[in-house]
Amino acid sequence: MLPLVAPFTEAKIRALKVGDEVHLTGVVFTGRDAVHKYLHDGGKLPPRVILRDGILYHCGPVTLQDEQGQWRVTAAGPTTSIREEPYQAEIIRDFGIRAVIGKGGMGEKTLAACREFGCVYLHAIGGAAQVLAECVKCVRSVHFLEEFGAPEAIWELEIEAFPAVVTMDSHGNSLHRDIFAHSQAELARRLSCSGERSGI
Amino acid sequence: MSVLLESLIELIRRSSAEIPDDVNEALVRSLESEKKGTIAESAMRIIERNIELAKRKSQPICQDTGSVIFYVTCPVHFDQVTFEEVARVAVKEATRKGFLRQNSVDSITGKNDGTNLGPGSPTVHFHQHRGAATEVRLILKGGGCENVGAQYSLPQEKLHANRDLDGCRRVILDAVLQAQGKGCGPGVLGVCIGGDRATGYEFSKQQFLRLLGDRNPDPKLDALEQDILKIANELGIGPMGFGGRTTLLGVKICAANRVPASFFVSVSYMCWAFRRQGIELDAASRISHWLY
Repeated sequence: MLPLVAPFTEAKIRALKVGDEVHLTGVVFTGRDAVHKYLHDGGKLPPRVILRDGILYHCGPVTLQDEQGQWRVTAAGPTTSIREEPYQAEIIRDFGIRAVIGKGGMGEKTLAACREFGCVYLHAIGGAAQVLAECVKCVRSVHFLEEFGAPEAIWELEIEAFPAVVTMDSHGNSLHRDIFAHSQAELARRLSCSGERSGI
Repeated sequence: MSVLLESLIELIRRSSAEIPDDVNEALVRSLESEKKGTIAESAMRIIERNIELAKRKSQPICQDTGSVIFYVTCPVHFDQVTFEEVARVAVKEATRKGFLRQNSVDSITGKNDGTNLGPGSPTVHFHQHRGAATEVRLILKGGGCENVGAQYSLPQEKLHANRDLDGCRRVILDAVLQAQGKGCGPGVLGVCIGGDRATGYEFSKQQFLRLLGDRNPDPKLDALEQDILKIANELGIGPMGFGGRTTLLGVKICAANRVPASFFVSVSYMCWAFRRQGIELDAASRISHWLY
């Protein structure tokens, strides 16, 4: 398990390889469908939201606000990242993001951006909302809460020892691409065998 | 607070925070079968810890508390209108308490009013029967797994899938391949062979009300369920699509009649965070026992 503390240098990110298990500590900003579309359409970020050399987390947390107005995250697992594939590469380029946390992996455009600009895709365990919420030490700020609603807002979270796996690195490797190719070949082999048996 | 309201809020709380026993047992077996020291094993360990934490803290297993779908089996003369009104209040209250995320968005304006109420939210399916019992089942179905559901219209030339059981098998396995990583595995398939586009999906989802360890009474469908489970777990997709031995925890298939021109195979996918519970209500609408 590699401890990783944000913000990152490019060298630190380039040293990571597919299959590395990491524990992340530092500040992350959440952003999902509405935020990606907004940024892609030329929307501006509030000054406090600094993504450069930092982490973008594909997450829509469950949050509760106490009487003093302080927010608390009570569930915070990743959402499926592939929906951001049309936007992610440009956002990595334009905002200098070094790590994207999500689940399910992303496509070739994002993989190419990781290679070109020095970024990694970190896979968190989908559905593990409680384990991951325990790693959120505090909510530092929230933006676009009214416009986008709570799940789609940008939440600034301080995380500690947040577990994730590098599944796309900055050298063009993708665990998702490999597993898909392998499983597709395995399935084809099994279907053609059974096809011959049953005379199809 | 009305007794029914209290019962329904408790049903929502428990559905959101606790994995039913049959699914938990399958997850434990899956953890034991993964190769030690792999990222698949790490993933399953985190899943195991997450299940324990959610139950202990009475908080959502997964932050996506999903579409809220009630299935109500009720006697003749049951007051469906009042039930649905109370169910809506229960959903709103459960959201305020944090058992459900503010998860319902107006599709036209994009607004999320934070109540989880709106057209189709929640959904309540009533089924009358001649018995006296009232049973309320609830499924919370997250968007990640809902998005990887698929409906195939046979024949499918590219998949060499004809209008027969082998064709069904081919498209169902294609759905497993395409779902990898996105619907949080290891998952469960609910499938309906036949029906129209709407009933096909509806019946496929109702398969999730079956116990994971049950066997299909139809020998042909039973064989198909076992066959797909076995092959899917040989493909090396594994937990979260990380590679590994458990891709699916179960496969449940039903059939519905079709019109001669249509042959749909509807596949719904449920993630490992399989949120499904049920209660039987007594005459005073108190929970008399839990169904799962």
